[in-house]
Amino acid sequence: MEKEKHHIVPYKIYFYILIALITFTFMSIGITKVNLHEYSVLGAMIFATLKSILVLTWFMHLKFDQPFLRFMVGFVFLVFLAVIFITFLDYYYR
Amino acid sequence: MEHVVQHSDPHYDPEASKLGMWLFIFTELLLFGGLFIVYSIYRFLNPEAFQMAAHELNITIGAINTIILLVSSMTIAMSTSSLQQKNKGLTVLLLEITIMLALIFLINKYFEWGVKFEHGIWPGSQHLINDMGQGEILFFGLYFVMTGLHALHIVIGMIIIIVALRRVQKGTTHADRPSLLENAGLYWHLVDLIWIFLFPLFYLIH
Repeated sequence: MEKEKHHIVPYKIYFYILIALITFTFMSIGITKVNLHEYSVLGAMIFATLKSILVLTWFMHLKFDQPFLRFMVGFVFLVFLAVIFITFLDYYYR
Repeated sequence: MEHVVQHSDPHYDPEASKLGMWLFIFTELLLFGGLFIVYSIYRFLNPEAFQMAAHELNITIGAINTIILLVSSMTIAMSTSSLQQKNKGLTVLLLEITIMLALIFLINKYFEWGVKFEHGIWPGSQHLINDMGQGEILFFGLYFVMTGLHALHIVIGMIIIIVALRRVQKGTTHADRPSLLENAGLYWHLVDLIWIFLFPLFYLIH
C-alpha cells in the first residue's frame, strides 16, 4: 500500500468532526420542531445518515482503511436498505 | 501490503484483527437493523399512536445523552492517535474520560427509565395494557428493547475499554501493537452509530 499503515489523525480533526456531529444533532432536533409533517422523519433521517457517515469515515478510520473494507461496509448498508425496501413493498401493497 | 511486522509474535496481524472486528460489527448492525425494520413497519401501521407515545420521552435528556456519546466517541478516537504518538499518559486519561462519559450516559438512562416506571410504563404494566392502545404498547415495547439492548452494549463497551486501558497501562498494548485499543474504539463507535439512529426515531417524533 502506498498509504502509510498507521495514519495518525490529528486531534483537531476529531474535534472538528465532533462539532459537526453536535451541529447536525441540533439541526435534526430543529427540523422536527418545525411542522413539516411527514417530511420531518425524512429530515431527521438525513441528518442521522450524515452523522453516521462522519462517524464511519473519520472516527472508525474507514477513510484510511483499505478500499475493500469500505466496499464491505457499503454493501452491508445496501443489503439493509434492500431488505427495508422489499418489506415495505410487501406492506404497502397488501 | 508493505507494512512489516517488526515484533516477535508471528501471530499478530493487525489487518486481520481489524477485519475480524468489522465482521463482528456487521452482525451487530444486522441485529439492530432487524429491530429497526420491525420499528419502521409498526410505525407505518400505527403512525398516530407512535406520535402520542413519543411525547412521553424527554428530548432534552435524549439530546444530552447524544452529545455525551458523541464526545466519548471523540475521546476514544483521540486515544488511538495518542497511543500511536507514544503518549501513554494522555491515552490513559482519554480512556478514563471515555469510561466516565459512558457511566454518565447509563446514569441518565437509569433516571430516564425510572421516570417511565413512575408513570407506570414498563413492558406488561397494568397502565400500559389497560389504558393504552396497541400502537402505544408496541412503541414502548420497542423503546425498552432497543434502548435496553443499546445500554447492554454500553456496559459491554465499558468492559472492553477497561481491558484496553489496563493493557495500555501494563504496556502490552502500545504503538506497535495497537489492535486491542483500535478494536475497542471500533466497538465504541458502533454503539455511538446505533444511538445516532435511535435518538431521532424514538425522541424526535412530532
